Amino acid sequence: MPKIFMNNKEITVDTNATILDAARSTGIHIPTLCYYEGKAPIGACRVCLVELEGARTLVAACSTPVAEGMKVHTNNKRVREARRTVVELLLSEHEGSCQYCTRSNDCELKAIASHLGIEDIHYKGEKPEKRIDESTPALVRDSGKCIKCRRCVTVCREVQGVGALFPQKRGYKTMIGPAFAMDLDSVACVQCGQCAAICPVGAIQEKNDIDKVWAALEDKTKHVVVQTAPAIRAALGECFGYPPGTLVTGKMVTALRRLGFHAVFDTNFAADLTIMEEGTELLMRLKKALVEKAPVALPMFTSCSPGWIKFAEYYYPEFLPNLSTCKSPQQMFGAVAKTFYASKKGLKAEDMIVVSVMPCTAKKFEAQRPEMNSSGVQDVDYVLTTRELGFMIQSAGIDFKSLEDGEMDSPLGLSTGAADIFANTGGVMVAALRTVYEIVTGKEFPAEDLRLAPVEGLKGIKEASLKITGTAPEWNFLENVEVRIAVAHGLENAGKLLESLKEGKVLYHFVEIMTCPGGCIGGGGQPRHTDDSVRLARSKAIYQEDAGKKLRKSHKNPQVQALYDEFLKAPLGEKSHHLLHTRYRERSKI
Amino acid sequence: MNTPEAKTQDPKNPSKNCGCQATEEDMIRSLDAVIDGFAKTDGALIPILQTAQNLLGYLPASVLKHISVRLKLPYSEVTGVVSFYSFFSTVPRGKHVIRVCLGTACYVRGGKEVLEAFKKNLKINVGETTADRMFSLEVGRCFGACGLAPVAMVNDDVHQRVKSAKIRDLISQYQHEGEDVKEAR
Repeated sequence: MPKIFMNNKEITVDTNATILDAARSTGIHIPTLCYYEGKAPIGACRVCLVELEGARTLVAACSTPVAEGMKVHTNNKRVREARRTVVELLLSEHEGSCQYCTRSNDCELKAIASHLGIEDIHYKGEKPEKRIDESTPALVRDSGKCIKCRRCVTVCREVQGVGALFPQKRGYKTMIGPAFAMDLDSVACVQCGQCAAICPVGAIQEKNDIDKVWAALEDKTKHVVVQTAPAIRAALGECFGYPPGTLVTGKMVTALRRLGFHAVFDTNFAADLTIMEEGTELLMRLKKALVEKAPVALPMFTSCSPGWIKFAEYYYPEFLPNLSTCKSPQQMFGAVAKTFYASKKGLKAEDMIVVSVMPCTAKKFEAQRPEMNSSGVQDVDYVLTTRELGFMIQSAGIDFKSLEDGEMDSPLGLSTGAADIFANTGGVMVAALRTVYEIVTGKEFPAEDLRLAPVEGLKGIKEASLKITGTAPEWNFLENVEVRIAVAHGLENAGKLLESLKEGKVLYHFVEIMTCPGGCIGGGGQPRHTDDSVRLARSKAIYQEDAGKKLRKSHKNPQVQALYDEFLKAPLGEKSHHLLHTRYRERSKI
Repeated sequence: MNTPEAKTQDPKNPSKNCGCQATEEDMIRSLDAVIDGFAKTDGALIPILQTAQNLLGYLPASVLKHISVRLKLPYSEVTGVVSFYSFFSTVPRGKHVIRVCLGTACYVRGGKEVLEAFKKNLKINVGETTADRMFSLEVGRCFGACGLAPVAMVNDDVHQRVKSAKIRDLISQYQHEGEDVKEAR
């Protein structure tokens, strides 16, 4: 391990470290705008310049590997002046609208300019073309604010395997965007919003639905209900200064009630419902394959993550029959709220407004899919990201930290621990196994604390297998069957897994795929900035929420049982088919 | 894109304004053979784009999409590379492509005046093609012949120390020998 001198202090660093890594390991902060954790350095922003003794010029810390005896200075006059020049040049082109930009509180460019003590911009000149792309339901791009750091290019291509964004043209005319700088809706973008989550400035953001929700809350003719996804409770606190991984379920409920929602419900309820439908669907597919020996699409893939659905529709249409036909919990909730719940309240579907709070931008797209109208009207009206809800609570003047804990309303607010873990990569898989195993064997899922370590954590593709023994007579065909499962998160990983399946290298019965790294806790709509340490903290909080529940298996949810008794009758029944299941369509990749 | 002013054609309907679908299909067949030859080579995109442009004279969106699918590269990346290099064009060009160098040496030795003279004589702007499809006018950034500045290229011919007053002669040379020049290429 090489020894280097960092600001005259000798330190020992990893052989493969860059100067940036080395500085961070010793508590020295070097500013950067383009650095992306875990990926090859981009080296576009030039803000991380440091002085390296013996080098002719300053070097970029992010892309310079350490070497024995190297002497680095991260904070001297030459470095400070160079960084200041770089940031001034960025600012001279940045059409920031900084006084009222929604990123002005957490803009990384603004923060760095302030740390460098920039008080004036010495470079005056033209600003690049300002073009606003609002073509998709999920995202808004503003080329005037873009600083061409290319983080979005990296995440889209290398983390999500999509590559919708790339620098177009050259030099001053460079625009980061789809082919020929077209709008996003004309290319195969899955609208996951990872670009919006890592943009250092306000150039890519979710499409704001806040005003529509305010208007709904003030509309006296409507009954307005809200659902919150499992991943919100472990991240919303970050909007109010809590450390990542702080559970704020109770305060969130109170805040939502104070905002004026008539009923505060839980997407988790629908997650339990999803397990009932999806678990049954898996068993039906296995039965068809093993007993009837009929052709059936296996492995079955989970279908909760709308970015993944769109990814499959664009890039892997041959696997569409393998997707579970179950709608996502968000859409199941909308359909049940506007039928079952509406009729209980003596309301018509059109008298209701369903608002979702999601860690996700693709959910905004999903809610507008033409298939999602099972109640006769659009099942979910508006989707807010975690960040948007944080903003609404702040702008309503609610002091979040001082709120007392509240309880979700009945009946669509009750959920089990199995629903909580939907937020984590591997969670839907384990939630499904907790129920399926018990249906088939009558015994509890045989894993310590009902968790399955091999499918937890941030490894991109995870596998496990489970031998089923002691089956009930009805499920005899599964006796001694080794059920093979896999879990992938991040669409680049999903793509790798699908390629292995295509080549016949692997064989699974059931596969969980989540669009975003870490699953929903790392979604494109979560508070910024999400890195692996934040993902792990949120994920831990989610497992804690699960462990704290009396009920931890979806089929034990009494309100879900009541929904079947009173309304749906049985999983995969006629009503379920109509309200809770959907279909997919192939989309042209380019 | 050859110049900032160049208009890309409608990417959703590449064949709408060229009427050369048959040629394009033949071309794609020839192009596929080239792509196969590069099957295991990294960095094959640029040589493949050059081949495609030589075959058709320009790079229509349909061809770029085809290359993107065959090379398994995002379409955005293919168009990003095409729009980065001024030698690639996404619009049909005239029989003769004139490139006036505006690199530093040519610029200080009168490249700008040469460009103006071409514009005036051809009655077109940079990035445009004459109505008779004979000439396209483009700007280049250094052809590596700075000692000969100002330089203009017509197709593959380099013309050195070009004078604005002689532009009319230069143009008519290609206008009248047009067929021969084309065969020579």
